[in-house]
Amino acid sequence: MAESPKANIHAVAHEHIRNNPKFQELVSKRRAFAWLLSAVMLSIYFGFILLIAYGKTFLGQSLSGGVTTVGFPIGVGVILSAIVLTGIYVRRANTEFDELNRQILEEAR
Amino acid sequence: MNITKFALAAALAIGGTLVATAAYAAGADMGNAEKQATNWHAIVMFAIFVGGTLGITYWAARKNKTAADFYAAGGGITGFQNGLAIAGDYMSAASFLGISALVYGSGFDGLIFSVGWLVGWPIILFLIAERLRNLGKFTFADVASYRLAQGPVRIFAASGALIVVIFYLIGQMVGAGQLIKLLFGLDYLLAVIVVGALMMVYVTFGGMTATTWVQIIKACLLLGGATFIALGVLSHFGFSFEALFAKAIEVHPKKAAIMAPGSLVTNPVDAISLGLTLMFGTAGLPHILMRFFTVPNAKEARKSVFYATGFIGYFYILTFIIGFGAITLVATDPQYLDVAKGGLNLKGGGNMPAIWLAHAIGGNLFLGFISAVAFATILAVVSGLTLAGASAISHDLYANVFARGRTTEAGEVRVSKFASLGLGVIAVILGVIFEKQNVAFIVALTFSIAASATFPVLVMAMFSKSLTTKGAVIGGYIGLFGSVGCVILSKVVWVSSFGFAEPIFPFVYPTLFTMPAAFLCCWLFSIMDNSDQGNAERAQYDAMAIRSETGLGAEGAAAH
Repeated sequence: MAESPKANIHAVAHEHIRNNPKFQELVSKRRAFAWLLSAVMLSIYFGFILLIAYGKTFLGQSLSGGVTTVGFPIGVGVILSAIVLTGIYVRRANTEFDELNRQILEEAR
Repeated sequence: MNITKFALAAALAIGGTLVATAAYAAGADMGNAEKQATNWHAIVMFAIFVGGTLGITYWAARKNKTAADFYAAGGGITGFQNGLAIAGDYMSAASFLGISALVYGSGFDGLIFSVGWLVGWPIILFLIAERLRNLGKFTFADVASYRLAQGPVRIFAASGALIVVIFYLIGQMVGAGQLIKLLFGLDYLLAVIVVGALMMVYVTFGGMTATTWVQIIKACLLLGGATFIALGVLSHFGFSFEALFAKAIEVHPKKAAIMAPGSLVTNPVDAISLGLTLMFGTAGLPHILMRFFTVPNAKEARKSVFYATGFIGYFYILTFIIGFGAITLVATDPQYLDVAKGGLNLKGGGNMPAIWLAHAIGGNLFLGFISAVAFATILAVVSGLTLAGASAISHDLYANVFARGRTTEAGEVRVSKFASLGLGVIAVILGVIFEKQNVAFIVALTFSIAASATFPVLVMAMFSKSLTTKGAVIGGYIGLFGSVGCVILSKVVWVSSFGFAEPIFPFVYPTLFTMPAAFLCCWLFSIMDNSDQGNAERAQYDAMAIRSETGLGAEGAAAH
């Protein structure tokens, strides 16, 4: 575990990063975005569960006159929303946030 | 029909109560010769899979040189590959056979489990994936103990991981034994030994590289096979869901009720607790968390969750089509039905809808293929589990607690290999012991521990500056013992296994109570901790946060 020499090099960089306003910007932006999307996902999921518990007749009614019920597009929609939300996060994190991160690390050298 | 029954059904899929013996032998309509022919298809295809994966293991063994190679495939797996491997870890025989069987039995309600298992992934991505990659090296305990006392925190993390791994292994072993009787017409004991031996070879010689590629290959085979079945079903109905559903309603004994939620979710406490368990349990499973150390950086870690979520979501939509396809194409064909039991009961028992549907769509050859894939699935999942368990023993307990870092990489890897062998032997023995036991509690137990002990400590370690060793350990053990205790006192163990009349803990999943309790205790005992050690640990939070957020210092973590 020969981490101590590296730790010294990092200590300088740490000081620099801590005082870099871009770091504060990255952390607050990314956290707000992550918690927002988490809240959206949790609301969709627990909304779905509560709808199943209390809205059985709504989910069981016909979608457009046929045998397909409202519940199916909603259920599949929850699955698709999970995929879309991860896509949205990865897109922003891997471009905007990673660019900001790259600048922060660059400036700390 | 209540939630307990569904918990049982889900556990049954993992292997619990598959009681059917030699499925095909039960059928008077299926001749003996035909049975043999079908079995050989499955056995030959499984042998091809084993041959191919052993080749990969040989290649991986020659590449494996360092501890990082062994535990984390040298950090050289891409986001796409890791996404497939995660999906492979997740698309167990339980989800394939179990969820399609749930849909076959009750239609819409089958969606509830698959949705719960999927929505954990976005949460993993938003809150823990990149931090896990930036802070950890080989196991999630690296992250939990990053700025805390190594000994107590790693002992806690390893206990949680090992309990989950061992019980999960029991479920998989029992499932393998029952499946081989069902699909190949071979003995239970043979299956358990074959699975145990092969997983020891994969893990001991091939490490994470072999385990990952076994998982990727299996994921591709399973996705391909399931897609083929679903397309076969849809083409049968002119690609009209309306026509598929209409036929299903016509032939299913529950009629139009299969199109709406039944009585699976009636008690909101159980419903929310189930949701929390499925969602956050995923985010605390050791073999899943370990996958994040196989990619080179946070960017690839994020991508792997996106691909995994896509593949898993697609797969669950397929299992849904497969369940409805089985209602229309299997339940209407007398050759698949268990006439003695009547109704929707199938030859071979409750887990057979997807298997018989494969036969209805693609004949004997395709039935053999799907059977081989179902068995390969178990093999791949147990390999991932064994590697996670072995890492907890070698990296956490041996290298960082017992030897306190005074060991060499080679020594640590050697311990890990012996631990894999040990876990393999234990899994085989437990697989034999549990053959006739009721193991329906396993889903509730493992997911509750993951959600109530591992997940809270991991999240607190990443996000809470106030967390100290004392808080993490007390909170973690409260989550661990609380969830184990509640599951034992709940219906699945207290009534089903021990035979008492009434459960003491009235709900199936304890997570709604134990997860908040763990979070609360982590926080409370941390803020009450005014020791020098506690203050020193808090002082290190800022430095950890910089690495956690930016990845500074993490780039080389997997390379040395």
